[in-house]
Amino acid sequence: MTTDPMTSAPMTSAPVTSAPQPAAAGGSMIAIEAVSKWYGEFRVLSGCSTAVSRGEVVVVCGPSGSGKSTLLKCVNALETFQEGQITVDGTRVRDRATNLPRLRARVGMVFQHFELFPHLSVIDNLTLAPRKVLGRSKEAATKRGLDLLARVGLSAHAQKHPGQLSGGQQQRVAIARALAMDPVVMLFDEPTSALDPEMVGEVLDVMVELARDGMTMMVVTHEMGFARKVADRVVFMDRGEIVEDVAKDTFFDRPRSERAQQFLSKILAH
Amino acid sequence: MFANFDFSVIGASLPYLFGQGMVFTLTLTALAATGGIVFGTLLAMMRLSSIPGLTHAAKLYVELMRSLPLVLVIFWFYFLVPYIGAWATGSATPIQVGAFSSALITFTLFEAAYFAEIMRAGIQSIPRGQTAAARALGMSYAQTMRLVVLPQALRNMLPLLLTQTIVLFQDTSLVYVLSLTDFLGAASKVAQRDGRLVEMYLFAALVYFAVCFTASLLVRRLQARTAIVR
Repeated sequence: MTTDPMTSAPMTSAPVTSAPQPAAAGGSMIAIEAVSKWYGEFRVLSGCSTAVSRGEVVVVCGPSGSGKSTLLKCVNALETFQEGQITVDGTRVRDRATNLPRLRARVGMVFQHFELFPHLSVIDNLTLAPRKVLGRSKEAATKRGLDLLARVGLSAHAQKHPGQLSGGQQQRVAIARALAMDPVVMLFDEPTSALDPEMVGEVLDVMVELARDGMTMMVVTHEMGFARKVADRVVFMDRGEIVEDVAKDTFFDRPRSERAQQFLSKILAH
Repeated sequence: MFANFDFSVIGASLPYLFGQGMVFTLTLTALAATGGIVFGTLLAMMRLSSIPGLTHAAKLYVELMRSLPLVLVIFWFYFLVPYIGAWATGSATPIQVGAFSSALITFTLFEAAYFAEIMRAGIQSIPRGQTAAARALGMSYAQTMRLVVLPQALRNMLPLLLTQTIVLFQDTSLVYVLSLTDFLGAASKVAQRDGRLVEMYLFAALVYFAVCFTASLLVRRLQARTAIVR
């Protein structure tokens, strides 16, 4: 069993590192491996593993309190976790050497309550981080910001303050704000849950368009219509565990677990 | 009833009262308020930080300052700062600190404790989601505070900060203990020189009332105008 370390090292290390995630080189944008998180004694996430490939849209759903938002926030380190690893575009999240601001700058995030900056105009909301974090010029950031506002259909509101916009409009601005950083992946944390019903559609339309443009997306939502329309895969969570992680059609037509069946029957019944 | 009073003393001393006294009072108020808000904001950030050492240091400082009478702190600083300065610079003799510098440092440090509590409330009034949004965009802690949290906290707290500044404006009259001549000190000097105590102190009270009342009205109007629409 004596092998020459010089020759054996590259031979043995190659299959070992690539075995758990065969798509690592070509496609995995987010790799979540055995992530566990505790709030004191309470385990909010237990051994969650999944992956999001480049250009893929993954919908994460499950009953409230199932840990889906927490898992999403672990991806850009807004939440810490005690076990496991998350790798975003080759960067390890739980690693002291990782520059978290730099990682987050490449990961767009849209929040349930929009979280636009109320003291800034809409266009300033879009240009603040590109200027201060990416160091772009005011002209370049403004031009890009106006392009993105046009894309979400809000060109006329550039000079307004967030408080003057409807919820749906604010969330579209929030999506544009995240896109202004030219992220490699977008995270959505229940983007339509805080909206009046008549405004859900306009936000989902923007998200559908984004998905069709090939954006990699991880979306926590209860909008099963959206999942059916654009998701590639559905991750179903319950009590901090990933119960199902399957192709969209499989999830809706032939859910394996009893918990997913119950969840679907409750959500689709109305 | 005013038959024995001579109000002409006021007119004659106006240039002195305002040109020197009021200018001094306003300068001290403006500088101490600015310094106090800056230092107070730092204290508030320390107190809200997750580093226990900083939190406790800030808390101790604020509690200490708020438990001491201002006059005592003014005296204490005036006599102690030269020695602290000498110790800090390694000088053998107490360093020279003018009465004005001493007063300015005292008021800044003292008011900072009060401004810190206002800014703490202001920072806490900003939803945590705002911080999360700023961090998610790649901003550092410093950028998050400077660009997102503090501008909103300052705006939310502006009425309270200005109200505290009005209190400071009144408190500056305590510099008489250091023989500095602020507005009240100037009025007092004229009063004693001309033997017109009642007239001058009446006038001084009227001026303080007019300035503070007007400022309060302006603060209230500002409050209505700057409220952020959420």
